[in-house]
Amino acid sequence: MEKVKCDCGHVNPYGTYLCESCGKPLLDDNQSLADMRYEGVARRSQTYSKSVVDKVWNFFSSVKVGIWIIVLILLASMLGTIFPQEMYIPAGERASTYYEQEYGVLGKLYYQLGLHTMYSSWWYMLLIASLGISLVICSLDRVVPLHRALKTQRVTRHKGFLSRQKLFSKTEKMEEPEKSIEKAEKVLKEKHYRIFKEDGNILAEKGRFARWGPYVNHVGLIIFLIGAMLRFFPEMYIDEHIWVREGEQVVIRGTDGEYFLRNDEFIVELYDEEDERFRESFERTGGNPVVKTFQTSATLLKRINNEGPIGLGTEFEEIMQYDIRVNDPLTFDGYSLYQVDYKLNELSEFTFTLQRNEDSSEEDLSDIQFTVDLFNPELVYEFENGYRVEIFQYFPNFYINDQKEPDTLNRIPDNPRIIFEVFTPEMNPDTDRGELSLVGVQVNEALNGDNNYRIRMIDVDMNHVTALTVRRDRTLPILIVGGVIFMIGLVQGSYWYHRRIWLQNRDGEIWVAGHTNKNWHGLKKDFETITKNTAIPMPLDQTDDWNLIEEVEGVKGKDDSSTSK
Amino acid sequence: MTAVQVSSNFLLLAFFLYLAATIFFAVSITGKRFKNKKGEEKNKSGLLGYISAILAIVASLLYFIFRWIASGHAPVSNMFEYTTFLGICMAIAFAIIYPMYRNNFLGLFTMPIVMLIIAYASMFPRDIQPLIPALQSYWLKIHVITVALGQGILAIGFAAGLLYLIRVIDFSKASKKVRWLEFILFSILSTIAYILLGIGFGAANYEAEFNYINEKGIEAQMVYTMPPLISPHEGERIGEGFDPFLATPAIIRSNDLNTVIWSILGGLILYFGLRLLFRKPIGGAIQPLLKAVNPQTVDELSYRAIAIGFPVFTLGGLIFAMIWAQIAWTRFWGWDPKEVWALITFLFYAAYLHLRLSRGWHGEKSAWLCVIGFALIMFNLIFVNLVIAGLHSYA
Ligand code: HEM
Repeated sequence: MEKVKCDCGHVNPYGTYLCESCGKPLLDDNQSLADMRYEGVARRSQTYSKSVVDKVWNFFSSVKVGIWIIVLILLASMLGTIFPQEMYIPAGERASTYYEQEYGVLGKLYYQLGLHTMYSSWWYMLLIASLGISLVICSLDRVVPLHRALKTQRVTRHKGFLSRQKLFSKTEKMEEPEKSIEKAEKVLKEKHYRIFKEDGNILAEKGRFARWGPYVNHVGLIIFLIGAMLRFFPEMYIDEHIWVREGEQVVIRGTDGEYFLRNDEFIVELYDEEDERFRESFERTGGNPVVKTFQTSATLLKRINNEGPIGLGTEFEEIMQYDIRVNDPLTFDGYSLYQVDYKLNELSEFTFTLQRNEDSSEEDLSDIQFTVDLFNPELVYEFENGYRVEIFQYFPNFYINDQKEPDTLNRIPDNPRIIFEVFTPEMNPDTDRGELSLVGVQVNEALNGDNNYRIRMIDVDMNHVTALTVRRDRTLPILIVGGVIFMIGLVQGSYWYHRRIWLQNRDGEIWVAGHTNKNWHGLKKDFETITKNTAIPMPLDQTDDWNLIEEVEGVKGKDDSSTSK
Repeated sequence: MTAVQVSSNFLLLAFFLYLAATIFFAVSITGKRFKNKKGEEKNKSGLLGYISAILAIVASLLYFIFRWIASGHAPVSNMFEYTTFLGICMAIAFAIIYPMYRNNFLGLFTMPIVMLIIAYASMFPRDIQPLIPALQSYWLKIHVITVALGQGILAIGFAAGLLYLIRVIDFSKASKKVRWLEFILFSILSTIAYILLGIGFGAANYEAEFNYINEKGIEAQMVYTMPPLISPHEGERIGEGFDPFLATPAIIRSNDLNTVIWSILGGLILYFGLRLLFRKPIGGAIQPLLKAVNPQTVDELSYRAIAIGFPVFTLGGLIFAMIWAQIAWTRFWGWDPKEVWALITFLFYAAYLHLRLSRGWHGEKSAWLCVIGFALIMFNLIFVNLVIAGLHSYA
């Protein structure tokens, strides 16, 4: 590609339309104003278009394409909010039936199109990935040439450059133009402009660093997107749940058996119904109790001797005690434990005694009492008087399965049933079959004929259970860095403006021009101060075909007729 | 007086101060033609308008502070509180941007919108509600307050965009643009109608009760606060009164729909009443007042408002939101509708900035985008909160 040599001697890359150095328009398009976007520099995307790489590059560097990607993501995201996403449908519901049942034909369609999980669908990911690629390419495409152009710009600019600025004017030949320019320089210095001088001409510049704002924010965005993508690597991200009963100590999942948690106490606190502040609200909503706090008072422990299975010899070290609440997780060593759920009054222990059915007995069995831990029941209970009770089978969450046999749904004692086998002192547990009975809450059935003994429940113990989420997210630092850079770039580009003012002495005429990337109003105000203090005139806004002063006059004249109707 | 009453009184005071500001700004633009003799602008009413706006903001903040004292938490936790605060934030945004451009027309457009938002807010239940555990977080407060501020600044972009459109659109011929603009004005009138009807029927303690069968097939009761034009699913009126003509399916909350119908009817009456009065589109009737508006300035103003509001909104609506979500819900992002709509708003304004910067969408196109952006914010506030209820749903 051939380079373009400007009259001023600067050699520009192919595709440049304003000379990087003096600003002379190089392509003679009939535009009345110079296109100041990216300083009129040549970008790679405009230069090459031969190979596939070039084509891809050009595609993604186009802002038009970038905007389309943004708009497509926007529209697609809307679709996903029409009905709830799968993770928000009620627990236990199947997506395949739920959507149709709840939302009819549209719901079915929603499900069939996969919109119920669309934010993790391949096409949504593809859109996000294109956004990332577009961001990288379009930023690279512009930032390098822009940087070079701003660095090599000369103070003395070509006439064509000046006269084609939005704010421009020139004076007639005047006396001592140097004086006026000098005065203007002082004014601009007071306004914190940086002044560059060359042959009695001035370039006053302010806030150039704002020009890098968009690129900084794009970099932040890219880092953020990379962080978000990294969560697909399991190493980076742990999401586990633990249920911990009061008094119980469990291993914290996801920590490789290193950390343990003991639930010392779980409490639920309600708002005081008498609270004067909320009286109206309670009245309006019918006085349902409102929860104030869920809290697990927990002790975090760390295993000391790290080898081997956990057994009696395992030693623990208490690391800390913490009250875990909603909005106040326990954080340690990169992990966080969140209060997410709870269950009050879960069955934890049954206490039984043994009785003879007909009270003809001379024996006193009231000494026989035993307690069954419903989570971790012991299987054999032996008593001094020779009696022995064994657990034959245990169903923590009893139901009758498809084969019409007793079974358990899971290990949570929501509906516990125990089959006990009772041995009298005369019997041999190894060879004889004892009396079998099925025992549960409000249930007591003999299973092998009439029983002489009856196992009677005399006490029930309940327990609160807390549910905690264990989370470790190693992508967070990356996301934070990305987010911070993004915000810095955003602020840098939005709250500062790049302004430039050119004052040139051309054979006694003063040429005035100004450019800014936003905030023309502010730039015009700066010009006003120059005008006030010097003989330099206010530049005209060449895009403003609407002349304010005339129009106000017009309003004055015309209004009497037009608004007094 | 209790702190709650004090706060309500300050809000009422603020409302009248916003009204005063509106009137001053109105005077400042119409009064110009007989005061401007020396060619210099010696019109004080713009300044008075600004001062009233500042006083109104002070009163609003006193409302905010006293309500905070009364409830013990930042008053941004239900629809009434949040919407009111959004209105206040729009006024604050105006106070920040006005000194840059000294544009009295902006005041004339912004102050009534602020009043409208605050009046709309007061239609929601105003009692102080206890906070459930998930909402007890200072990050939540920071998040919500920053979002409201960002949206308030973006709303200034809307006011300026609307000003621009009414200034430049040619109302003498019927066109799509005119129809859309009239539709926007009609929506504003419907909101006014909703507020007036709400106040009217509220003052009369109007209530109509129905027995009906709800979407789960269970008998339930429903209360209408405006005379029923439509009845709920298999509804039977309790007590006397005429029966509505139309019944609705069970999945529709018919009392809310009834209110919407009333508001639209009210809006239509207001709209066509005004059209009869002016004998031209409402926008066309306002246009002559805006002759002195420099479209370029207003265009830049709307852009500046959005350039200033965008980072604030992003900080509050995405970044602080993620921090809070990480702490409260264990993950910083969960694709819940409220989050997604914040993202949509963010993407929309990002697209706006790029269109403007790189594709030269200035003037009219840009102004339409400002209007659409505000519609998105309102959709977010009203529709997403009340209809697509997610984790964040208030009230
Ligand atoms: C959601 C994603 C994006 C966000 C949040 C974003 C944000 C921004 C912001 C805030 C600006 C500054 C605008 C202003 O000052 O008015 C900007 C400028 C820019 N953006 Fe993006 N952007 C995104 C995606 C993209 C993409 C995909 C492209 C490429 C096709 C792109 C290309 C540009 C360009 C060329 C500029 C102008 C740079 C300059 O003035 O030197 N942006 N962006």
